[in-house]
Amino acid sequence: MVGQGSIRGGIRREEHRVSGSDASFDTFPKLLLRNAERFAGRPAMRHKDFGIWQTWTWAQQLDEVRALAIGLQGLGLTAGDRIAVVGTNRPRLYWTFAAAQSIGAVPVPVYADAVADELAYVLDNAGVRFAVVQDQEQVDKVVGQAAAIPRLTDIIFDEPRGLGDYDRAHLHDFADVQEAGRKALAADGSRAAQWADAIRAASGDAVSVILYTSGTTGRSKGVMIKAAGAVQAATDTSTFDRLTADDCVLAYLPLAWVGDHYLNYAQAHVAGFCMCCPESAETVPVDLREIAPTFYFAPPRVFEGLLTSVTIRMHDASRLKQRMFNHFRGVAAKWGEAILEGRPTPLPARLHYGLGELLLYGPLKNALGLSNIRTAYTAGEAIGPDLFSFFRSLGINLKQLYGQTEAFLYVTAQKDNAVRADCVGPAMPGVDIRIADTGEVQFRSPGMFSGYFEQDEKTAETMSPDGWVKTGDAGFFERDGQLRIIDRAKDVGKLSTGALFAPKYIENALKFFPNIKEAVAFGDGRDFAAAFINIDLTAVGNWAERNGIAYASYQELAAHPEVYRLIGENVDETNRRLAREPMMAGAQIRRFLVLHKELDADDGELTRTQKVRRGFIAERYAELIEAFYDGSAEKRVETEVTFEDGRKGRIRANVRIADAHVETAREAAP
Amino acid sequence: MSAHHDAHHDIALARNDGLKPGDVLLDIRNVSLAFGGVKAITDVSFDIRKGEIRAIIGPNGAGKTSMLNVINGFYTPQEGVIVFRGRERRAMKPHDAVAQGIARTFQNVALFKGMSTLDNIMAGRSVFMKESLFWQMLWRGRALKEEIAHREKVEEIIDFLEIQHIRRTPVGRLPYGLQKRVELGRALAMEPSLLLLDEPMAGMNLEEKEDMSRFIIDVNRQRGTTIALIEHDMGVVMDLSDRVVVLDYGKKIADDVPEKVKANKQVIDAYLGVAH
Repeated sequence: MVGQGSIRGGIRREEHRVSGSDASFDTFPKLLLRNAERFAGRPAMRHKDFGIWQTWTWAQQLDEVRALAIGLQGLGLTAGDRIAVVGTNRPRLYWTFAAAQSIGAVPVPVYADAVADELAYVLDNAGVRFAVVQDQEQVDKVVGQAAAIPRLTDIIFDEPRGLGDYDRAHLHDFADVQEAGRKALAADGSRAAQWADAIRAASGDAVSVILYTSGTTGRSKGVMIKAAGAVQAATDTSTFDRLTADDCVLAYLPLAWVGDHYLNYAQAHVAGFCMCCPESAETVPVDLREIAPTFYFAPPRVFEGLLTSVTIRMHDASRLKQRMFNHFRGVAAKWGEAILEGRPTPLPARLHYGLGELLLYGPLKNALGLSNIRTAYTAGEAIGPDLFSFFRSLGINLKQLYGQTEAFLYVTAQKDNAVRADCVGPAMPGVDIRIADTGEVQFRSPGMFSGYFEQDEKTAETMSPDGWVKTGDAGFFERDGQLRIIDRAKDVGKLSTGALFAPKYIENALKFFPNIKEAVAFGDGRDFAAAFINIDLTAVGNWAERNGIAYASYQELAAHPEVYRLIGENVDETNRRLAREPMMAGAQIRRFLVLHKELDADDGELTRTQKVRRGFIAERYAELIEAFYDGSAEKRVETEVTFEDGRKGRIRANVRIADAHVETAREAAP
Repeated sequence: MSAHHDAHHDIALARNDGLKPGDVLLDIRNVSLAFGGVKAITDVSFDIRKGEIRAIIGPNGAGKTSMLNVINGFYTPQEGVIVFRGRERRAMKPHDAVAQGIARTFQNVALFKGMSTLDNIMAGRSVFMKESLFWQMLWRGRALKEEIAHREKVEEIIDFLEIQHIRRTPVGRLPYGLQKRVELGRALAMEPSLLLLDEPMAGMNLEEKEDMSRFIIDVNRQRGTTIALIEHDMGVVMDLSDRVVVLDYGKKIADDVPEKVKANKQVIDAYLGVAH
């Protein structure tokens, strides 16, 4: 079964427990009690509201959580109940996690942008009795689906706006619930102590949270994470990256995603640092700049977006600024990573780089809100080597990790100064990894899930009888011990010529071009590989503006012959890159098209974490795929689109199919 | 600490004018308006009650915008009486209208393009600013205190309209839908007892229209502001308003609740049934 043999995490599990964190702190409420004492006057939470950063200390946070917990008890929430949390990053929603956990209830965060029936599915599947939601929009979604969620009894909302004339029998204002809690605490002097005693008596073996997978394949599943394992995992990684109470993060990732629950909620409780909630999703860039976090996570597409916006703004800058930018970018590309990693570099290079720091890198990092970063991670998708190097060369300690919900995030992560773009690092401390004969990566970790909620058959599919979790990803270890992921194991196929076809590999190679936002490759069982392409409206739109190309919509720009020419060049370049890799040379892109609409999660084409759902797309655009292989030069299609409120419309388009230049096998020969 | 959350409730309601919801706030009696020989409005009467959303609709050139201009004092009608908050008036300057608590937005956005969202909305507060130019220029003492108090109101409006992300953006750089929202914000900053909206949804796409509708309803329900709006989009009007007055060639042809107006034969003939 085990291919390359199992590789054990660098340090043995017993050796790296954080000092001071013993078994008595094996749940998040226990850590909250500890932090309220140890870091009493230090900030635990910030939230920008009415233009001002509001702050709660750990002691105040304990007070808020306690009032809420007692209030929820008053409404009938008891141990074992599930409670949904729906909304964006708000202090009150984070407090709901801790409040629920403190009385033995299990929080179930749900994606705020989930459409109503997805939301209903999760709430019903998890059997939630209570839902704490952000605003009227979420209340409407839940109330509208009430029939599909029979076990739900009460809804609690954070923002009362627009809810004035709603029936309040089972709908409660968050502030009122806390107020009721405070009254109950004031009326009975021993209530607070009882609450704290119950927390101390709770077992770390209980389920701490149920996190729903984003559902790349089929319906999402509820991943059960146990408290002690979760705390242990967060302790391991906090030690690994030396996180302390002096750190600070901007909590802007989706609340329901394991990354947010782990990197922000879990690590903040373990290390005692401050989480800052942005004013709104749109203000994140400004908030990031104001907060200047020390620890930062963003998926590759965010870094891509940053680089794109920087490049575009430099195009519009004065010639002097452009020359300075290009000059110092070159200096950084040459010396930046070496200096970041502390490798020996000549003094003139250091001085030159220092001048660049003063003139360019420093101000740029400040503008991006990345001045104070000690550790930054990216994960989820492959990151382009140039993109990765760009940020590292500015002196940002950007690393990669590999993980999944079933692991409570971390499986591997790169150590400081041992970083490369095409790999995801060695096993994390405490994590064991093995490669199955099929090439699939499997792991065991402290934070690994205990099973899918009420889906034992699915659990059995994912967890091997000897207790290893199957990731579903194909990969192998490089010589330096870093794991390299190729693709989803089940997506790796073959062309009819017998050549290996790894769609994600091709898609990533395409997406490394700033003009290409999304790509979907096809070819399994076919004669050749072909790809759908979504252009990046910001990058291509700016290019169109500079080249005097007029357009009114995405659809119009996507179909423009000059855009096809531009994208064609990118595809040809991708083919040249593929041709250089013996394994991949056989599956170069022979034909491509620029899709007439942007792939959208509302239409089911992407998951809520913005990953392409290849099978669904293949079905939806079957006509276009056929057109690849029957030689058509153009195809008329009609596509249904869903608006945010669930209404549907149709768009029609003539989609042109273009031929790409394929590199001869000469270069690909071994 | 947590008090800031409750501030949502504290947003100043429309100024206290001694009227109860349902009382007549503005009464238009037999108003006629002509430009030279062209009659824009002929003998129109209707009223606007406190707390309602009142729509004025009609085909192009029916006299809707003229009517709005009469209400806020920009035009002075040749005939008829206008009673606002129980006081009769004939001629009035626009700044008198502002002082009396009438604010408006325009069919074409009329903002200070080079100024930020924040400054544009702050400009709406100038009607309340009492400190002398001297102190304001020094930006110390009472003037500073006053500015902070106004800024607080402006931040409430920014929060209310969900435009935090464009607080510092010059409005000239904003897309049209957001400019409309900023303009609404500036009108709200005047804390009007009557808010006039001239085609608030013109030129918007479906999603922007829905957002704007929600804001209009929220302004009405949460802040208790009486609203009179002119709108071309029939669907929007029927969903939003409590009562609708229909103009055609400067004459009133219907005045009723939306359901009745929809069923009115004359309205259908004049407006709904005719393609335009």
